[in-house]
Amino acid sequence: MKTIQELEEIRKKTLDTINIRKDRSGTRIVVGMATCGIAAGARPVLLSIIDEVKKHDLADVVVAQTGCIGMCRLEPIVEVYKPGEEKVTYIKVNASKAIRIVNEHIMQGKVVDEYTVGAVEK
Amino acid sequence: MEMYRSHVMICKGTGCTSSNSEQIAKNFEEEIKKNGLEGEIVVERTGCFGLCALGPVVIIYPEASFYSMVKPEDVEEIVKEHLVKGRVVKRLLYAGSVEENKIKAIEDVQFYKKQVRVALRNCGVINPENIDEYIAFDGYKALEKVLTQMTPPEVIDTVKKSGLRGRGGAGFPTGMKWDFAARSQNDQKYVLCNADEGDPGAFMDRSVLEGDPHSVVEAMIIAGFAIGASQGYIYCRAEYPIAVKRLGIAIGQAREYGLLGENIMGTGFKFDLQVRLGAGAFVCGEETALMASIEGKRGMPRPRPPFPANKGLFEKPTILNNVETYANIPQIFNKGPEWFASMGTEKSKGTKVFALGGKINNTGLVEIPMGTTMREVIYDIGGGCPNGKKFKAAQTGGPSGGCIPASEIDVPIDYENLAAKGSIMGSGGLIVMDEDNCMVDIARFFMDFIVDESCGKCTPCREGTKRMLEILDRITQGKGEEGDIEKLENLAKNIKNSALCGLGQTAPNPVLSTINYFRDEYDAHIKEKRCPAGVCKALLNYTILEDKCKGCGICAKNCPSSAISGQPKSPYKIDSSKCVKCGVCAQKCPFKAIVKK
Repeated sequence: MKTIQELEEIRKKTLDTINIRKDRSGTRIVVGMATCGIAAGARPVLLSIIDEVKKHDLADVVVAQTGCIGMCRLEPIVEVYKPGEEKVTYIKVNASKAIRIVNEHIMQGKVVDEYTVGAVEK
Repeated sequence: MEMYRSHVMICKGTGCTSSNSEQIAKNFEEEIKKNGLEGEIVVERTGCFGLCALGPVVIIYPEASFYSMVKPEDVEEIVKEHLVKGRVVKRLLYAGSVEENKIKAIEDVQFYKKQVRVALRNCGVINPENIDEYIAFDGYKALEKVLTQMTPPEVIDTVKKSGLRGRGGAGFPTGMKWDFAARSQNDQKYVLCNADEGDPGAFMDRSVLEGDPHSVVEAMIIAGFAIGASQGYIYCRAEYPIAVKRLGIAIGQAREYGLLGENIMGTGFKFDLQVRLGAGAFVCGEETALMASIEGKRGMPRPRPPFPANKGLFEKPTILNNVETYANIPQIFNKGPEWFASMGTEKSKGTKVFALGGKINNTGLVEIPMGTTMREVIYDIGGGCPNGKKFKAAQTGGPSGGCIPASEIDVPIDYENLAAKGSIMGSGGLIVMDEDNCMVDIARFFMDFIVDESCGKCTPCREGTKRMLEILDRITQGKGEEGDIEKLENLAKNIKNSALCGLGQTAPNPVLSTINYFRDEYDAHIKEKRCPAGVCKALLNYTILEDKCKGCGICAKNCPSSAISGQPKSPYKIDSSKCVKCGVCAQKCPFKAIVKK
């Protein structure tokens, strides 16, 4: 027997999990998973991002993979699309950098400038 | 929180299941495990996506990649390429979603562009055997609103305002029906769901029950509250085992969460549901016959009055609504009756689900706003007739309906317009016919079905439809007589006026409709003993084309009734009075010189 409150909790919790099927407007974290990406170690990056998102119960976040982004020497590459903001490209990402990206950029809205492709160009 | 970066949705409606989608699902689970991806990817078995002609269908989120005609052998590639590497397998994508090498979103695909999925909103998107997923997409929110914030008259008023009309075929205003039952005074009332779906070729209700059973459960509880009933029955035909199973699971889960039974949501309201199985009788889709069947009696209709809203099941006030009618109810409360009334036409509000079948490219399930034209359904959504054949007519309403010919193809689909053209909306079965269909044969097919299904209680139906069938049989066998059409029309008029229930009253409709629009075909059969479409076997004459015949004699040697004669090296001839139309000669002729016309 569930109270109305309990039903609302189930609703919220399950929606976080399956909203990926309906809503396309949340944050997208895209990990380059072509041969270059996988060879450079993109799988551990992908897994650590997923773990962080799970740990912090982040709603409306989609983690997807993509093919070769083009800058193969800079893999593993992670791109972050937040609705209403410009795309941010992080390069040479590893598991620990990924954790910082999720905590600072995704959760607090602070782009981690030193990991971005712009920083390297300098 | 459970986080899966990718959801693999596999259709497990009856259609795709019979094309082995269970094996596909199992293969996905195995391959995902093999590649170490179980924590990241979830495989869901869902209801019908609608594009049945291209099943088995698999949709992978977040990309919303629409894979069609998937085979169990394809799964390994999809997992390795798409799930591990993020590379969509283009060759397996539904062709309609790939344009100039760009992949279109599902909503923009031709098949789905004009559809508005209300009754089918959850089909293909949730796991129908998981109540939590139904709840996630606003499930049981309507019930909460109704039980905690509304009174029964307000509930009925909301349904009336929405303009919802019965989706079973008759189109009776649902709010009005509930109102009548609410006003009847009695200690016990019943809420019934008609899930018998007897029309040949119709599977709208089946898909709702298989893909989103909770929407029906929630709606019936709301209906119970509105009319003051504490018990409901879902009468489902036994030929739908998947639907029956999922209904059972849904009811069990709802009971577990206290959404059925005593003290629902702590409001003191009590309501429970049971499933009752039909046993294969078309007539049990008729209101009073259905109730007789639930009561344990032979499914036979009875006269009205008294109407079920006053005296129905077990002589108590009862409402009976179709599955699709119920499927619309939760959204009417979640989004408001004005939202529902904003779709459709003046007298036919909302959307309607159609099962497209017959000579059409995109066979499957579509849901469109009322007012969409037949042309849009057949060509824009349905993709037209295959093999470049010319569209001839579309039959709506099954054995109770009529056909809309090519000349009327721009008719906007709603209750009034279809009736004005001599057909009915019906439950939603839409059978498309092309130039190779014989309209007299179609009329005969439906009448044959009716004669089989007639319960036999009233004379007009029991005797009348049989006489009509006999006449149609004679006509299609080349024994039609002058005056047959008038006899058919006379019988039709009398049966319509005096049959006891809807089955008999509407049985003559296909005949009347085809006579109205295709009288020339009837005339050809009767006067010239000719079937213009080339379907009625008895009227086909096998002929040897003189210019192609080399006089080899192979046909004559193989003819089982010695109907072919001739001299070597000169054209042979078939004696049609001896010919039994077996077609062996045409098969054996090495020069393709024998045709049937």
